[in-house]
Amino acid sequence: MAGPKATAPVKGTSSSTSSSSSPSAVQTLWKAYLDHTAPRLKFIDSFLTFLVLSGVLQFVYCVLVTSFPFNAFLSGFASTVGQFVLTASLRSQVNSENRTLFKDVSPERAFADFVIGSVVLHFFVFNFLG
Amino acid sequence: MPRAYPLPTDLSPATVTNTKSLVRIVAFALISGAAIASRLFAVINFESIIHEFDPWFNYRATRVLASKGFYEFWNWFDPTAWYPLGRVVGGTIYPGLMATSGVIYNFLQAIHIPVDIRNICVMLAPGFSALTAWSTYMFTKEMKDESAGLLAAAFIGIVPGYISRSVAGSYDNEAIAIFLLMFTFFLWIKALKQGSALFGTLAAVFYFYMVAAWGGYAFITNMIPLHALALLLMGRFTNRLYVAYSSWYAIGTLASMQVPFVGFQPVRTSEHMGALGVFGLLQIVAFVQLVRSHVSSKQFNNLLFALAVGAGVVGTVAIVGLTYMGWIAPWTGRFYSLWDTGYAKKYIPIIASVSEHQPTAWPSFFMDLHFLIFLFPAGVVLCFRELRDEHIFVIIYALVGSYFAGVMVRLMLTLTPVVCISAAIALSTVLDTYIDPSEPDLPVPEADETSGPSETTTDAPKKTKKDKTAPPPTSSGASVTELLSGMVVTPPSTSKKGAAKEKKTGIFGTDTRLAVILNAIGMLMFFVVHCTWVTSNAYSSPSVVLASHNADGLQLIDDFREAYYWLRQNTPETAVVMSWWDYGYQIAGMADRPTLVDNNTWNNTHIATVGKAMSSSEEVAYPILRKHDVDYVLVIFGGLIGYSGDDINKFLWMVRIAQGVWPDEIQEPKYFTPSGDYRVDEQASPAMRNSLMYKMSYYRFHELFGGGQATDRVRNQVMPKTGPTLDYLEEAFTSENWIVRIYQVKKEDPLGRDLKTANAFDQGKKRKRTRPPVRRRSAA
Repeated sequence: MAGPKATAPVKGTSSSTSSSSSPSAVQTLWKAYLDHTAPRLKFIDSFLTFLVLSGVLQFVYCVLVTSFPFNAFLSGFASTVGQFVLTASLRSQVNSENRTLFKDVSPERAFADFVIGSVVLHFFVFNFLG
Repeated sequence: MPRAYPLPTDLSPATVTNTKSLVRIVAFALISGAAIASRLFAVINFESIIHEFDPWFNYRATRVLASKGFYEFWNWFDPTAWYPLGRVVGGTIYPGLMATSGVIYNFLQAIHIPVDIRNICVMLAPGFSALTAWSTYMFTKEMKDESAGLLAAAFIGIVPGYISRSVAGSYDNEAIAIFLLMFTFFLWIKALKQGSALFGTLAAVFYFYMVAAWGGYAFITNMIPLHALALLLMGRFTNRLYVAYSSWYAIGTLASMQVPFVGFQPVRTSEHMGALGVFGLLQIVAFVQLVRSHVSSKQFNNLLFALAVGAGVVGTVAIVGLTYMGWIAPWTGRFYSLWDTGYAKKYIPIIASVSEHQPTAWPSFFMDLHFLIFLFPAGVVLCFRELRDEHIFVIIYALVGSYFAGVMVRLMLTLTPVVCISAAIALSTVLDTYIDPSEPDLPVPEADETSGPSETTTDAPKKTKKDKTAPPPTSSGASVTELLSGMVVTPPSTSKKGAAKEKKTGIFGTDTRLAVILNAIGMLMFFVVHCTWVTSNAYSSPSVVLASHNADGLQLIDDFREAYYWLRQNTPETAVVMSWWDYGYQIAGMADRPTLVDNNTWNNTHIATVGKAMSSSEEVAYPILRKHDVDYVLVIFGGLIGYSGDDINKFLWMVRIAQGVWPDEIQEPKYFTPSGDYRVDEQASPAMRNSLMYKMSYYRFHELFGGGQATDRVRNQVMPKTGPTLDYLEEAFTSENWIVRIYQVKKEDPLGRDLKTANAFDQGKKRKRTRPPVRRRSAA
């Protein structure tokens, strides 16, 4: 697992805001997650959380305020969704538990795929912003 | 060591591999050559000309792109189409085809190869057919192996079902779309197999190209989600599926919205909601999987399951709710017409009237696919044998493709690739089994020696396909002589196969092998003969130039171009030409004159207006013509030489479409005889005989026969002795074989009389024309 550094620009603010409710099941889940996840994956997860929040924010804005430049909303929202799934893909590809699934994709290759996918995605995002 | 025939044993594995790849490359070059060459019948028999109807528009648009540049093309507003409305061309087309030939044109210009843009347009489809063969090879390779891939490539290269849309000159979206379809599917399978976001991204990019090139992109939009959903329901969810699908969907959907004609449709129409739904479902499932990997308590799992189902239900309800609220457009009529074949006829006659939207007749399956249609089910069954993820794709594709091909003739095109693929799988399995020299007693054949025969598999059918091919590799040379000697010596017996079953499955001896292999080769040879025959006879006619065989040999009928050039050279540039919509693109492309309606058919009312003008009497039609500034009316008439695709045969559709908008004024039954026949002779109904279309078609027709019986050769009916008269139009041009007739619309009478009385006055006094008997009677 000599993987590459995930260089995504993350604000480290929102990494632990997901669950605060009472049921013990959720607490055990949270504990299991903290115990059994590699730091690198946690790092990716924090980026994912940021993307989810950003997407939710845009969606709420679109519903409550205006969707007027609809293409702008779509491209912003699609950029968070697209980046989310690309990052989630990267996460599952570099996850050592999934090593048997991804025989053809080494962690290095996974990161290269991630970068290329993101570049293509954002090319379309910028083209669509209007 | 029981072998059916000896194999050379002194070959190194490297030699075998090298020979294999050499043979593969040579075979591939030959397949590409055959694919391109068989599409050139149209050019050889006729000339390098753009075919049919839609290609003329594509050609015209490409010329704009090539001469004025891309931005000008993108913002092109065409005031001459749909006169007086005009058409925003840049926003209402799939620009992929034009962009492709524009890029090729500019590239060739840049390297100083001056090729006319027309020749690029003509040769684009054959060129891309070679690429289609290649992508089909890649796709089939993922399903089985290289030999099946080569067979599939050879099939798709020459199969008439695909040639019908891609002969030289058939410059239509399908020309590049089938390549893009197959290549996108290949990339999807590759992404799924490897779980690679790179291939997912590439699939999205080619999906974008496909969206830009053909309206049929919706087929991909729904095929891939269907496949993903099937895998999900079969409990085959893996992270590979998640990676492949998510990366394809997220990038592909955003990319598809860049095409102006598609716009926001991917998030606002029901056709695209399936893909979105599967995308959401995959996110939920992946999340549940992730959580489950951390906690494994039973009750928690149940909770999660409930959560996932709940989220799915909420998502579905949300989509349905949004549809009802009108935010998501419901299914369009074109979609319904895929499920209910009678739907279009009832509600959207304009769609039903298009000949390529008719249900497929049974013989055309054999005509277009020949023996592949028999092997097709066998290949699908073989897919069930292994049933890997990618085989499920072929199975679903086969089911969906067969259904759609049955509904609409034009969708035969989407079925053809999967038929080629599964037929290749079936045939190559048969050949693998029967060429393999090992006999049942042998426990395990050695690795490098089985690879020899499998190469023969790919090689043998190829050899029959094109009489010349690569020199056979050494191993197959030996085996062929052995096979031949076996054929001479051993009499064929069937009892041996029965004996084989008692011990262990397998094939004994060379005779059984030969029987099967020769049969397969025979079928392949007939396939080639059939394809060549169908291509040269049925699919290579430009339909702009017609050919007729008579005693003198082949005769070309060039009436269309004759008439269109007459328009171009004898009328002012602003002269508006009215014709049925079929000829709109041709008039715009060849005559360069404004038209009322064309093959774009986006405005049903406008088409119905033309239908009404054609189907009502002169008095009713004249104000319509004048209001639309029509200067010339063009009709196609085949009665003289027996050209059956003429306007009288299409006339009922004009009536139906007009009736859809003006049910009070135009009624279809009025155009039939009391006994319910559609006739043009003495018994024709008054509405029929007074209609503008009838009059324009048969005006002065009886004069041709010099008093003899005037016979319409298309409908085999004897025309009345007195022909129709025209008061509001006058004949301007009739082509050599009378196929195209052009009439000029008269201006209002300068003295303010209506044209009928003015005409009667003129004829009574002055006898302007040389047809006194006819006219006098009608005037009296």
